[in-house]
Amino acid sequence: MNKTVNQKAWFLVLPVLVLVAFNAIVPLITVVNYSVQETFGNNVFFWSGITWFEDVLRSPRFHASLGRQLTFTFTILAIEVPLGVLIALAMPRKGIWVSVCLVLMAMPLLIPWNVVGAMWNIFALPEIGLLGKTLNAMGFDYNYTRQPGDAWFTLILMDVWHWTSLVVLLAYAGLVSIPDAYYQAAKIDGASSWAIFRYIQLPKMKRVLTIAILLRFMDSFNIYTEPSVLTGGGPGNSTTLLSIDLVKIALGQFDLGPAAAMSLIYFLVILLLSWIFYTVMTRDEANQ
Amino acid sequence: MARITLSGLRHSYMPNPAKDADWALKQLDLDWTDGGAYALLGPSGCGKTTLLNIISGLLVPSHGQILFDGQDVTPLPPEQRHIAQVFQFPVVYDTMTVYDNLAFPLRNRGVPESEVDSRVTEIAGMTDLTAMLQKRAAGLTADGKQKISLGRGLVRTDVNAILFDEPLTVIDPHLKFQLRSKLKELHQRVKRTMIYVTHDQTEALTFADRVVVMNVGEVVQIGTPEELFEEPQHTFVGHFIGSPGMNVLPCQIEGGQAVFAGQRVQTSNKAAAGAELNQVGVRPEHVRFATSGLDARVVRVSDAGRFNIVEAECGGHSLKLLVKEGESIPSETTKLEFIPEKTRIYQDGWLAGRRSAA
Repeated sequence: MNKTVNQKAWFLVLPVLVLVAFNAIVPLITVVNYSVQETFGNNVFFWSGITWFEDVLRSPRFHASLGRQLTFTFTILAIEVPLGVLIALAMPRKGIWVSVCLVLMAMPLLIPWNVVGAMWNIFALPEIGLLGKTLNAMGFDYNYTRQPGDAWFTLILMDVWHWTSLVVLLAYAGLVSIPDAYYQAAKIDGASSWAIFRYIQLPKMKRVLTIAILLRFMDSFNIYTEPSVLTGGGPGNSTTLLSIDLVKIALGQFDLGPAAAMSLIYFLVILLLSWIFYTVMTRDEANQ
Repeated sequence: MARITLSGLRHSYMPNPAKDADWALKQLDLDWTDGGAYALLGPSGCGKTTLLNIISGLLVPSHGQILFDGQDVTPLPPEQRHIAQVFQFPVVYDTMTVYDNLAFPLRNRGVPESEVDSRVTEIAGMTDLTAMLQKRAAGLTADGKQKISLGRGLVRTDVNAILFDEPLTVIDPHLKFQLRSKLKELHQRVKRTMIYVTHDQTEALTFADRVVVMNVGEVVQIGTPEELFEEPQHTFVGHFIGSPGMNVLPCQIEGGQAVFAGQRVQTSNKAAAGAELNQVGVRPEHVRFATSGLDARVVRVSDAGRFNIVEAECGGHSLKLLVKEGESIPSETTKLEFIPEKTRIYQDGWLAGRRSAA
């Protein structure tokens, strides 16, 4: 076999490289640059090493935000994934209702994020919002602008409403790709509905669920718009998630160094957790 | 194990079938004895799979009954019919080992683990899966997976019949023969009723003791492979079975005898009056060159190994004959003779003066 060696082809990759450089690499390096420098204004910078990183990692404020972020992410994952699978299982596989269900499911995903936040902000207002007023009329003392518990409840409800559809659509795609013969064979083998779920549906959905979990993990860990519009991090700091805290430090206090260090730590946490998720969920396939 | 009887079975996928064509199965009355090896043979869309799904209980027929040992099982779901089925595309439970796959039907029925183990070990031995028992089923090749499907049917002791729905479709050609022989061997060992659906005549004829030939929703003939070849009851059977298929030539009827291309043709049966379509059927094996008979012209000769397939033109119609390798083939014009006892008259498709289809 004679292979033509021609390194000139690399030039064809250049446009992409330039594009990626401007929208990802350059901003990232800028952040790295800020994270190791100190400034007292006038655009004068001094080398400060890893002090910002040490500060952020020791800061109780960062620990608290990270804790809230993890709580939020794992709560919505624990609700959205099982709920999404349940809804997908309940959806019809044939007939005209399929498209109706799919459109209904896709609806929340089509709404701009800040609109979702604004919608829920009004929807949940205790005096005039449909949800807030109903809850209070039913005798609950509900006020998400004052009580941290209520704020969390509303935040999680909003995210579940907004994003469960994504899990549903992915899980449904996995379900409809299972050939009828599997169900027929399971019937003949006398399998119970649980056994059908456990040994046919779940394994066939595994790949798409892996994707769903990863997407929901990364998105919810990055979430900014909706909680910022809904609660703005309050009451107090009770719903200040990592991204909201980061914006407060970077743009509110204009502490570029600590904010940059925090961004990088934030980024590495997502990268690390995503890697762990992926490795754990695909471990079985690697073993084969 | 059971005798399977289908009585007055009809099925349509439409809610209100009106036309003849609306019926996927037109009218079926069949009786299958216990422990036999049967094949359902027919072209795609002839209703074989519909029939199979009705027997296994995945489909409830619009009319008629299915009886196992004289007992009506028509309304019963598959799991209560004690049926096993092997599908066209291999179905294995991916996350389980081969062992757990084979044990699955037994465990679902609450069989004690000690018995599960002895059954699985025995069946794995029969299906050559012993070496792979601890492997993940997902990692096996297509023929290995089909063996698992088959094994899941064999492992149960309560199985009335094992149904095969074109099980060799996805198997490599060189393994098809092996797996087919394995099936035949297993049938002789376990003596269960096996029903094998296929559109491949070789598969049907080598596997089954009796073959049911179907066409557009009805059974055209039931018989041993030899009967189907020697005495086709319908031009469809003659054409579908055998390679090349039977020559079916239009003819006139004069005094109960066939006249083809202006000449009287000796046949083994007599025609009745009043048919719309009269044909003479003769297999290529039963046509030979002669010194007197029908005028014909050799059009083409193709070599099929030990035989030459000769295509000839006779009275404006094309017909084929098989000539052993080495025998001389006249060029251009010649005369042809049909062997009278192997030549038959068909009226409206059916053998003239035939017995009933069953």
